[in-house]
Amino acid sequence: MRDSWNARLRFMLAAGVLGLLMTGPFMLTAVLLFADAKEVERAALAELLLPRLPLGALMTVMGFVIGLSLLRGLFKQYVQGLLRMAETLRLMLGANRNFRVAPEGPPEVRELGRAANDLAQQRDELLTDVESQIARAKSSVEEEKNRLAALMSELAQAVVVCNLDGRILLYNNRARLQFKALAQGPTSMSGGALIGLGRSIFSILERSQITHSLENIQQRLRRGSSEPTANFITSTRSGQLLRVQMAPVLAPGASEDAGESDVRGFVLTIENITRSFERETQRDQVLHTLTDGNRSALANMRAAVEMLGDNPDMEPEMRARFIGILRDEVTRMGSRVESVVNEFADSLKTRWPLEDVLGIDLIAAAQRRIEDRLKLATKTEEMDGNLWIRADSFSLILAINFLASRLQDHYDIRELRFRLSSEGGMGFVDLIWSGTPLSSETFYTWELEPMNIGAETTPLTLRDVAERHGGEVWFQREKAAHRVFIRFVLPVAATPEAEPEAQTQIQQGHRGESRPEYYDFNLFSFSESGVDLDRRLVDMTYSVFDTETTGLEPSAGDEIIQFGAVRVVNNRLLRQEIFDQLVDPMRPLRPEGIPIHGITEDMVRGQPTIDQVLPAFHEFCSETVLVAHNAAFDMRFLQLKEDSTGIRFSQPVLDTLLLSAVIHPNQETHRLEAIAERFGINVIGRHTALGDAFVTGEVFLKMVPLLNEMGIHTVRQALDASEKTYLARVKY
Amino acid sequence: MKKILIVDDEANIVISLEFLMKKEGFHVAVANDGEEALELIASFAPDLVLLDVMMPKKSGYEVCEAVRRNPERAGLKIVMLTAKGRETEIAKGLALGADAYITKPFSTKDLVAKVRSVLGDA
Repeated sequence: MRDSWNARLRFMLAAGVLGLLMTGPFMLTAVLLFADAKEVERAALAELLLPRLPLGALMTVMGFVIGLSLLRGLFKQYVQGLLRMAETLRLMLGANRNFRVAPEGPPEVRELGRAANDLAQQRDELLTDVESQIARAKSSVEEEKNRLAALMSELAQAVVVCNLDGRILLYNNRARLQFKALAQGPTSMSGGALIGLGRSIFSILERSQITHSLENIQQRLRRGSSEPTANFITSTRSGQLLRVQMAPVLAPGASEDAGESDVRGFVLTIENITRSFERETQRDQVLHTLTDGNRSALANMRAAVEMLGDNPDMEPEMRARFIGILRDEVTRMGSRVESVVNEFADSLKTRWPLEDVLGIDLIAAAQRRIEDRLKLATKTEEMDGNLWIRADSFSLILAINFLASRLQDHYDIRELRFRLSSEGGMGFVDLIWSGTPLSSETFYTWELEPMNIGAETTPLTLRDVAERHGGEVWFQREKAAHRVFIRFVLPVAATPEAEPEAQTQIQQGHRGESRPEYYDFNLFSFSESGVDLDRRLVDMTYSVFDTETTGLEPSAGDEIIQFGAVRVVNNRLLRQEIFDQLVDPMRPLRPEGIPIHGITEDMVRGQPTIDQVLPAFHEFCSETVLVAHNAAFDMRFLQLKEDSTGIRFSQPVLDTLLLSAVIHPNQETHRLEAIAERFGINVIGRHTALGDAFVTGEVFLKMVPLLNEMGIHTVRQALDASEKTYLARVKY
Repeated sequence: MKKILIVDDEANIVISLEFLMKKEGFHVAVANDGEEALELIASFAPDLVLLDVMMPKKSGYEVCEAVRRNPERAGLKIVMLTAKGRETEIAKGLALGADAYITKPFSTKDLVAKVRSVLGDA
């Protein structure tokens, strides 16, 4: 931009000098002659020259015009031509190595172009050599990566790897399928938009459970545990139960005694256990009918038999009643056993995963939470420091917190004390306070209501938590001390930190061809969410999109008929993370448009309408920067839908058309095909929305380093520069 | 003559228990659920309650808890009689103030012995 300004300035200067050169010597000679001549001669000269002056001036002007056009021709060929060549050379330097200068203009310029091409040829040969060496060196790394990817793709479990901010760095196909199945409503259109590289895991799993498990893992790491993993169960919005195992990702080189600071991220192994959990519940019922149910029946029979045996001289009527009891109980027991046999056959063995927790750790975590959230003082009394219990710590801490919040609300307690003890196989966690005793009705209500603490809600009840642990909960008075306590009875862990059974099984045998592209480990250094305009272009997550429409005039009733979008994360185009959807425009297509986009009436009829697709597309794009070619056009369509759908696309939008004008102000055209050609990008499948989105995405990726060279590093700078290009002033 | 209240919702055990306790020379009343039990504890004024845990309306735990809250009934003995045999449930029954906890199935002899020992007239 500045170069061409300078060139223009120099051209003006040259024109000025030319003018001076053409008139100066003549004028000077005239002045000198005039000064030298006598009075008479002067008169004669004037008489001779004055009538012919217009002719002279005309000749001079003509000469000047000819000179000027010559100068302009030279300027065009040597200055602007060279400037254009310089742009091309820069392209060859960076974005498109295979591009060559088209020899044009005067012979010298052409020669220069050829020399530059030769130089580029030589550079390419050298580079290819270096590249082949690098490729060899890289292939072993690549092989390792592929091995990992293959392993991941063949795992029967869904695996997701995240960094500490919860951003997804890797996931396998199983995870994608699982979350796709979980996604409800419009999201399912976006091919499992819930999961995606760089997206937040917290949109799928509860943030508090993840942080809690991370805390647990860090506590274990501090203690030097050899199995620093955590398990939890969570339910999704659609009511599915997920069992999640979390293992830390440690910084490379972190030793055995890794501290918490070495945790760089975490691996989640996720299993949908809704069905097996249902089976488990069924199995529990079966067990219950077998044990407790039969206990009663046995008691009834035993008592009746003993009465009959101990009283041989019983009245016949009474005897008949006892025999009746026996007959009745035996028949019922028989049918019970029969039904148990039938049901038990298809019940699977699964358990609510309880993990071994050091009791004092659990209480310390509960105390922290109560003090933070409820601002309630806590203290501890007798604490058995060596007591390990088997617990689902998340739900247990939730339950303790729930009770503390209820006690605070209803009885205005000022302090809560904890006590930890055990007896046989039972561990006791007591919550103690002094003053008002609890009424049993209140406690029974608390036991059975869903535990809500402020904004935190869960369908779980206190009773559920107790039963989940195979434990009990009750309240008791300590009359002497005028105190009351609530006691949790929990199972004591058999051996502290027993080796947990291997939960991940690798399926052997089947060697699929599938190589997932679902990983991006560079995201480990990726942090924060949302769209921050001052972050570097290379660090942003983008949704590159394109639309096909019925025509070019949104305000005249033209409608979107296809959306295509692809995500760019960490400088890579992710061809798996796409949004591809036809839309029923609810109006006839224009016949002249059909050959361009290739979409026919039949294809759009019965497709979802714009008010169904737009929310899904909005979700796909959330927290990303939008990129489109000639974005103003697409954005205009989206804006016209704001009122009817209530959906606003408020994120920043980058336009590759404007960015091209920023990078190459001297090029004549900024059409997508032309830009793609300049950057050496193969254009396949143009004029489908997704195909165009792919091309736009690749073009954009090539532009980022060129923008950086121009000192444009952040999204804000890119937006500012786009705004200043002349193309941006052409209103759509 | 000591008075015993039998609380259970299952007729098949109530018949035997009633027969047994009458034969042992107790004065017997029967309640079929938790609420009836609380009423009879007030009107019949038993010396001992044989209390089932799993019952409609009010569970045995609730009855036990309610009785122990009332100082006028401090002398009342409670023997819990249930099919819930887990350690934690036994602990809960005793913590809530039961004098003894007998798991089903039981021997009638042991039951009589336990009742007599709790009543202090072994």
